[in-house]
Amino acid sequence: MGAIRLEKVRKAFGDVVIIPELDLDIEEGEFVVFVGPSGCGKSTLLRLIAGLEDVTGGKITIDGTDATTLPPAKRRLAMVFQSYALYPHMSVRKNIAFPLKMAGMDQAEIEKRVNNAAKILNLDNYIDRRPGQLSGGQRQRVAIGRAIVREPAAFLFDEPLSNLDAALRVGMRLEISELHQRLKTTMIYVTHDQVEAMTMADKIVVLNAGNIEQVGSPLELYSQPRNTFVAGFIGSPKMNLLNGGEAKKHNAATIGVRPEHISLSTSEGQWKGTVKVSEHLGSDTYLHVESPVHAEPLTVRAGGEFPVHYGDTIYLTPQEDKIHRFDDKGLAIR
Amino acid sequence: MARRVSPRRKIGMTILAWFVGLLIFFPILWTFLTSFKSELVAISIPPQFLFFDWTTENYATIQSQSNYFHFMMNSIYLSLGSTALGLLFAIPAAWAMAFSPTPRTKDILLWMLSTKMLPAVGVLIPIYLLFVNFGLLDSRLGLIVVLFLINLPIIVWMLYTYFKEIPGEILEAGRMDGATLRQEITQILAPMAVPGIASTVLLNVILAWNEAFWTLNLTTSNAAPLTAFIASFSSPQGNFYAKLSAASMLAIAPILIVGWFSQKQLVRGLTFGAVK
Amino acid sequence: MATMHTKSAARAMMAPAVIALLIWMAVPLAMTLYYSTLGYSLYNPISTPFVGFENYSYFLSDPTFVAALTNTLILVVGVLCITVGGGILVALLLDQDFYGVNIVRLLVIAPFFVMPTVAALVWKNMMMNPVYGVIGQFLSSIGLQPIDWMTDAPLLSIIIIVAWQWLPFATLILLTALQSLSEDQKEAAEMDGAGALSIFWYITLPHMSRAITVVILIQTIFLLSIFAEILVTTNGGPGSQSTNITYLVYQQAISFGDVGAASAGGIVAVILANIVAIFLVRLIGKNLDA
Repeated sequence: MGAIRLEKVRKAFGDVVIIPELDLDIEEGEFVVFVGPSGCGKSTLLRLIAGLEDVTGGKITIDGTDATTLPPAKRRLAMVFQSYALYPHMSVRKNIAFPLKMAGMDQAEIEKRVNNAAKILNLDNYIDRRPGQLSGGQRQRVAIGRAIVREPAAFLFDEPLSNLDAALRVGMRLEISELHQRLKTTMIYVTHDQVEAMTMADKIVVLNAGNIEQVGSPLELYSQPRNTFVAGFIGSPKMNLLNGGEAKKHNAATIGVRPEHISLSTSEGQWKGTVKVSEHLGSDTYLHVESPVHAEPLTVRAGGEFPVHYGDTIYLTPQEDKIHRFDDKGLAIR
Repeated sequence: MARRVSPRRKIGMTILAWFVGLLIFFPILWTFLTSFKSELVAISIPPQFLFFDWTTENYATIQSQSNYFHFMMNSIYLSLGSTALGLLFAIPAAWAMAFSPTPRTKDILLWMLSTKMLPAVGVLIPIYLLFVNFGLLDSRLGLIVVLFLINLPIIVWMLYTYFKEIPGEILEAGRMDGATLRQEITQILAPMAVPGIASTVLLNVILAWNEAFWTLNLTTSNAAPLTAFIASFSSPQGNFYAKLSAASMLAIAPILIVGWFSQKQLVRGLTFGAVK
Repeated sequence: MATMHTKSAARAMMAPAVIALLIWMAVPLAMTLYYSTLGYSLYNPISTPFVGFENYSYFLSDPTFVAALTNTLILVVGVLCITVGGGILVALLLDQDFYGVNIVRLLVIAPFFVMPTVAALVWKNMMMNPVYGVIGQFLSSIGLQPIDWMTDAPLLSIIIIVAWQWLPFATLILLTALQSLSEDQKEAAEMDGAGALSIFWYITLPHMSRAITVVILIQTIFLLSIFAEILVTTNGGPGSQSTNITYLVYQQAISFGDVGAASAGGIVAVILANIVAIFLVRLIGKNLDA
C-alpha cells in the first residue's frame, strides 16, 4: 500500500506552466523528499498528488488505481499542512477524531484510535485543549495525529517544520523519522531545507522550475550529482564550482569540489589564496578564501580550530578523486 | 498621543464633547422623558424637563388602545425571517466567492452590490401590482421576500469579507479528512465564522427593522410592522405626544441597543468593506 | 485551491443568490418599462392602450417634475454638506482625549438606529412644532418668533431630519479613518513646524479623503430615495415644495393611480440614479481602489 506513480504529469495555471511533463515512481513504504528552491513546484506537486489541485495533463495512479480525477477524500491520503490547519473550534481530541467521524466509524473504534495516536505522539496531557492553547510543536503533533488515525496509504507533509524554531525543528525531524520507522507507511515530504532532505529521506527528488533534476538516495545525490544544479543544491555549505582555467585542466567546462574535500596548508598546496572571513562553529571552521582560480571566494572546511586570521596566505589542495566534472551543458561527466 | 494632554484641555474637551453628544442625542432623550408624561404635561408651556409626575400610563395603554404587540411581532417576523432567508442564500454564495474565486468573482460581487443601488420607486409599480394580483399585499411572506432581496447583496458581501479571513487550508484539511461539501460548511466553516455570521445577522436585523419604503407601501394592517404603526401617528386624533413617545421608545429601543453593540459591523457592512 | 470538483460546486452554490438577484433586477424593471408605455390607470384598469412615450412627456413636462428634481438635488447636497462637514468635526472631537469617550460615542451614533418614521414624527411634533415643540418654545423664551418649520421651510425641515439620522454614519466612518492615521505623520509635521490647522489641512484631511469619498458615494445612493420622512411630515407639501422624485412617483402611483405615468417616473428615477452614480464615480472614484 502506498505505491504512487506519476506519468507525464503536467500543471499549468492559465499560461503559466509550473510543471512541464514529469514522471515519478514512489514505492511502498518509502520516505520520499521533494526538495528544491522556492517556486520550483514541489508544493504544487504535492497538492496534485493530494487532489487539492487538478492536473492539466497526465495520470496519477495510487496503488494501481487511476486517481487522477478522484477528489481528495477518496484518495486515502493524509496531509500535514505547513500551517497545521487544525480546526480551531475543536479540542485536540475532536480534531484527531474528525476524519474518523467523517468516515462514519463507530464511536468505540474512534476512541480507541484517537487514544492510540495520542499515546504515540505524547498528546495525552493536552488532549482536551484547543489548538489556540498549544505551542507550535504541540500543534504540529496534533496535525500529525490527525493524519495517523486515518491509517492512510501515504502521508503528505508540506514543509511541516518551517514554522518551528531551530531547536524544535531538530527534535521534530527525529520524531517524524521515528514515526516512519514505526509505521512503515509511505511518506512524501516537501521542504526547501536540504539538511532535512538529507537526514530524513530514503529517496530525494530534486526539483527545479517544475523539472526533476535528479532522483536518488541522499548519498547518491551527494557523491554523484547529475548536474551542476544538484551539485550546488545538495550539501551545506555549497560545493565550490569553478569554471575557466582550472576546469580546462580537468577536461571539463566546470569542476566542483566540496568544502570538506579540500586540504589546507599554510606552507604549500595547489592553489594559493588569501583568507577572508572565517566562520568558527566550534566543531568545524569554514574559511572563505579569495583565490585567482575563481571569481568568488572558495569555501573550505577546516577541522576544529584552524589558526588563521583575516588576510593570511593559505594553500588549498583539492582531493583529486573528489573532484566532480561537468560539461558545458552542466551535466556530469562520468 | 505620546504626550499627556493638559488637564485643562481634557476638561475643556470633556465639556465640549458631552455638550455636542447630548445635543445630538437630545431628541431621543426628550422622547424618552415625554413617554413618561401625561398628555397634558407633554404639551405644557414651558416644557417640563425632569421634575414632573412620571407616569407609565402611556406604556400601559399602548397595547390595549393600539395593539402594539401585533406590530412588534410583525417587525420581529420580518427582520428575522428576511435574515434567515438571506443567510440561506448568502452563506453558500459567499463560500463560493471566498474559497473558489474566479476572475469574474469580483465582478459578480460588484454587480450584486449595484442591485442595491436601484431606486425602489423604479420597481414600485410592478411589485405593487404583482402583490395585488397574487394576494400578497399586506402579507408577511411577501414582505419577507422583498426585504430579503433588497438586503441580500449586503449579507453576501459581509459574509464574503469574513470568510476571506479564514485560512483556506483548514477547509482543505477538512476535504482531505473526507468531509463532504455540506459537512465542510456546517462543521468547519460555520463554527469558525460565528462572529462574522453574528455581525451580519445584527446588521441585517437593523436594516430590516428600520426599512421604511416597502414596509409602508406594501402593508396596511395585517403585516404592518412598527415603521407603519408609527407612521399612523402622522394623522393623529387629539393630544398624542406622550403616546407617540411611548410607542416610539418601544419601537426604537431594541434596535438602539443592538446597534450600540454593532458599530464596527456597521462600518464594515455599509461601506462594503471600503473602510475597515 | 480550485479543482473541478470545487469549481462546479462553487457555481452551484452561487447560483441561488445570483438567480434571485437577477430576477429581482430584471423582471420588475422590465415590467416598469412595459407599463410606462401604456395608458394604464388603476381607476380604469381594463383599458390599457399602448401610448409610446406619452407617459414620459406627461411626466417630464409636468412643472412638479422640475420642482421635484430640484428638490431632490437640494436634499442630497444639503444633507451631504451637513453630514460630511459635521461628521468631520464630530469625528475630530471624538478623537480627542476626554472623559467618557465611549458614552459620548453612543450618544452620537444613536440617531442612526432610529427608524425613519419615528425620527420624522419626533422632530415634526416634539421638536419643530411652533407652539409645543422644544425649538419653538426655546425661540419664544428668548424673544424670537418661532418658525413653523413644516409650512415655511419644508425642504429644510426634511434636510434637518435626514441629516440628523445620517450624521452618525458619516461620523463613524470618518472617525475610523481618522484613527487609522498614525501619530508619526502628525508628529513629523509638528517637527517640521506645522501648526494644528496646517496639520489638519495638509495631512489629516487628505488621509481621510478616501473615507469621505465612500461616505459621499454611499449616502448619495440612499439620499436619492428619501421617502418615509416626507410621507409622514409634509406629504411633499406645501404644494410640491418638499416633493422629491421618489415621492412624486409614489404620488402618481398611489394617490393618482396612474400606473403609466408612475412607471415612466420610475424609469426616470432609475436613469437619474445611474447618471448620478456615474458622475460621482468618475468625479471622486479616483480616490478608491476597484
